[in-house]
Amino acid sequence: MARYKGFNAPNRPLALYAAAFAVFLYLPILFIPLFSFNTGVYVKFPIEGLTFGWYVELFQRDPLKAAFWNSVKVATAVSLLSTIIAVPAALAIARYRMPGKAPAVSFIMLPLVLPGLIMGVALLGLLHRLGVTLSLLTVTLGHMVICLPYAISVLLPRFVGFNRSLEEASADLGEPPWRTFWRVTFPCNLPGIFACLLMTFTISFDEFFMAFFLSGTKSTLPMYIWGQLRFPSDFPSLLALSTLILLFSFVLVFTSLRLGRIGQPALAEGAK
Amino acid sequence: MTLAVGQTVRRARPGALARFLHRHEGWRGYLLLSPALLLMAAAIVFPIGMTLMMSTWSLSGYDMDTTPGIGNYVAMTEHPMFRVLILRSLTVALTCTFFTVVLCYPMAYFVAFHAGRHKAIWLIVMTLPFWTSYLLRVFAWKVVLGYEGVLNTALLGLGIVSEPVTALLYSQTAVTIVLAHSWAAFAILPIYVSLEKIDKTYLEAAADLGDSPARSFWRVTFPLSLPGVVAAFVMMFVPTMGEYITPAMVGGPDGMLIGNLIQAMFGPMNNWPAGAALSVVMMLTIGLAGLVFVGLNRLMQR
Repeated sequence: MARYKGFNAPNRPLALYAAAFAVFLYLPILFIPLFSFNTGVYVKFPIEGLTFGWYVELFQRDPLKAAFWNSVKVATAVSLLSTIIAVPAALAIARYRMPGKAPAVSFIMLPLVLPGLIMGVALLGLLHRLGVTLSLLTVTLGHMVICLPYAISVLLPRFVGFNRSLEEASADLGEPPWRTFWRVTFPCNLPGIFACLLMTFTISFDEFFMAFFLSGTKSTLPMYIWGQLRFPSDFPSLLALSTLILLFSFVLVFTSLRLGRIGQPALAEGAK
Repeated sequence: MTLAVGQTVRRARPGALARFLHRHEGWRGYLLLSPALLLMAAAIVFPIGMTLMMSTWSLSGYDMDTTPGIGNYVAMTEHPMFRVLILRSLTVALTCTFFTVVLCYPMAYFVAFHAGRHKAIWLIVMTLPFWTSYLLRVFAWKVVLGYEGVLNTALLGLGIVSEPVTALLYSQTAVTIVLAHSWAAFAILPIYVSLEKIDKTYLEAAADLGDSPARSFWRVTFPLSLPGVVAAFVMMFVPTMGEYITPAMVGGPDGMLIGNLIQAMFGPMNNWPAGAALSVVMMLTIGLAGLVFVGLNRLMQR
């Protein structure tokens, strides 16, 4: 019998602290949807009246639509490409004994310890010297670099925890490795791969630093917002737009985090 | 006939490769890892090499003079502006990192040890804002802290102050608060992971041997969570050092950081070599700070 009672026991002061912390974390963000329904142009109390006008107005903005579709295009490409690169990389890291694996992994995780600003200007300098015109493609390249470490971090725990005897069975029954991958590894890890796609999509969709330097003439959605922030009269429309983006991101992330958990019971069973 | 020969050749080659890969696990691993390594080489190594080279160039008219020299670095030591900005960036990044890590530790501790059944929900609550647009989070703070913003109009309406408080926006303090809020998840997650990994039987052993909860925290839990604390320091310090949006939006003239200068050098001031030199200095600063954090960790583990 363990006498230690502290573990997982309720702790009133700490719980209060956590609640206060959560309020601090969410309070500023909650003002965005609140004021997006305000009829007044200025973002201040008291709220003058309720309206959906700012949302309706958004749909009449053509540059906004263009920026939105640019962001969707870039984010789709980034999520597909970085997941396609991350799956074999995560498999290799999880499965294979390789000389020099640790430095190779730290090298791939390097974007986590480099500010977006540095990576943005460095890539801009190189592309400029090579004579590459800035476009949505260069933004895609930049976003892939940022997303790859996150994609691998999402996939790695599932590949590490995955029950390998299923793959061994497939190999014993005479399947070549790539068919084993397609028929066993890939479908079994689908929730994780889907979570990875959603996560990278969200990161790319919201990414600002790289897009700032690499987007050229076509802007992504965050770039559009940045451009509009100079005009205080546009604030209510921006608040409406931000509300929609927040809602969209919350749904995507919540889904991908839940998906991340779907795999866990299966993993636990596999480990038994 | 020729077709048949071609077929046999085509069949034999992958066979040899497959046999080779079958025998050498390391090569198989690196083959799978190669797309990721190639991407990183193309988009990290070459650009940073380019930045290093460009930092030795100079500006001639609208073009760059590619003869190497250390003019940009000399200029940095001569102009007090560079020193002021670098020191201010360091101060803001360090204070912000320190306070965020100190404030996030109890939060991570709560989620790891006391959240009970609601642990998963707490984890999502803590990390969700981090996945939303960074730009929007800063924008939200501008809305809250502005001259005619939420906080001021609320304070006025409640009669707490008679005129809007100007100290809230466009100051170094505002930058520090907003940065702390923006990157808090970066601090919570590494600490949470390191706390979660602690073997709970150690805590039971400490309690069995008569340690009070406070003593077992300081002698067992805290030392074991130090790697996470160091990771949190690094994860916070990196983005706050490279920041230029928050200072531009809520910093005002006194809140300008080194990131703003780099952005300006590559933008309106159009002096790329100087910007590259500043980037190199920033990378060195981050590298040095990382070494110090890791070194401190080693010392404290001893």
